Amino acid sequence: MINKIVKSAAEAVSEIFDGATLMISGFGEAGSPIELIHALIDHGAKDLTIVSNNTGSGYVGLAALIENRQVKKMICSFPKSANSKVFPELYQRGEIELELVPQGTLAERIRAGGAGIPAFYTPTSVNTLLAEGKERNIFNGIECVLEYAIRADFSLIKCRYADRFGNLVYNKTARNFGPIMCTAAKTTIVQAKRIVALGEIDPECVVTPGIFVQRIVEITNPEDESRLVAENRRYPWK
Amino acid sequence: MEVVNKEAGWSTKEMAQKVGMDIFDGAYVNLGIGIPEMVADFIPEGREVIYHTENGLLGMGNAPEEGKGDPELINAGKKYVTAIKGASYFHHSDSFTMIRGGHIDICVLGALQVSEEGDLANWSTGEPDAIPAVGGAMDLVAGVKTIFVITQHCTKNGESKIVKQCTYPLTGKSVVTRIYTNLAIIDVSDKKLFVREFAPGITFEYLQKHTEASLINKM
Repeated sequence: MINKIVKSAAEAVSEIFDGATLMISGFGEAGSPIELIHALIDHGAKDLTIVSNNTGSGYVGLAALIENRQVKKMICSFPKSANSKVFPELYQRGEIELELVPQGTLAERIRAGGAGIPAFYTPTSVNTLLAEGKERNIFNGIECVLEYAIRADFSLIKCRYADRFGNLVYNKTARNFGPIMCTAAKTTIVQAKRIVALGEIDPECVVTPGIFVQRIVEITNPEDESRLVAENRRYPWK
Repeated sequence: MEVVNKEAGWSTKEMAQKVGMDIFDGAYVNLGIGIPEMVADFIPEGREVIYHTENGLLGMGNAPEEGKGDPELINAGKKYVTAIKGASYFHHSDSFTMIRGGHIDICVLGALQVSEEGDLANWSTGEPDAIPAVGGAMDLVAGVKTIFVITQHCTKNGESKIVKQCTYPLTGKSVVTRIYTNLAIIDVSDKKLFVREFAPGITFEYLQKHTEASLINKM
């Protein structure tokens, strides 16, 4: 019998090892798997490379993981936002690496990783600082740069509904990087707001087919990151 | 260079209105963060325009009522939004397929500088201690057919933002279609700048005096 459901966030992240590359879903707080990230802080794996669009807000979720010095390198498109404090400070002190990638190139590198495409050409970033040192080629008169696929050891994903096969449905703009990150990791770990019985998700409406998912944990009432930030909360909770 | 009289030319709202007039019925449009977002308020009556936000929504509606925001329904600026009837949600790969595959008709962006040849600089001031952050700007200028820039003509210190060569790091080369400033509307064509409309009271001589790049009067 296939059953990808595990009992706790702690169990879901227990295999994450030092030096692993992780993709973490989310665009700002929308879609950020905050309980899985907090479980990873408790777990303690370090020297991680994190692929995520942003670097977190305040001192919870991804920002707390960075503050806990578990992250060696960030691969992202927008490492600063109104409430990001932790990453900018470490970056300015030269204590964390950054690979800055245009958002669409980041999405495509992840998609390519999941689809078995090792590299691709794109016109995005040609003639800019972000194209420096990259191989160039011209197709149909359009100059392009070569970009390489990204794959990860683990992906941490948040969704709305899941079943025991790992079929997923997301919520509104919290979908963002989730579906492509599910495809690009050896082990995809999902926190779902509700786990439903097989057949409850209409096969026409499955967004991520279960083949891309390895572990699922139900987190019925996930924390609201912007509320935690507004209350100046820190993880680990004090 | 003498600082442009703050009262001169169009207000920001009037600039947004000018952009709105140039967005056609049925257009799929991506609006950048900040002033470009105002354009949505000035689409002429009778035109149906669909807004794309690159974090995964086609058919973005207005901001919700105060206190009714959903943290999982936001725009690229991470502000609460709503979805119109007929909207769709999708993942980032589909979203940037819309952008990079040339499916979005018009993108409206802000600028730090625009060059004579239509180069755009709008993502970084290049200061050594700045945290670099690019988001979707480079994908938008590479993939969207029509790039409208909406910006003040000069910086607060009176320096022209329409320059011979951008000194800030580029977002893209020869990508801008049209520039809407408080003083004029300028087309970029064949790597030259053609003035197509002056704000009330602005002459070509006054405009050129406050513009580092060479302008051609098309009026």
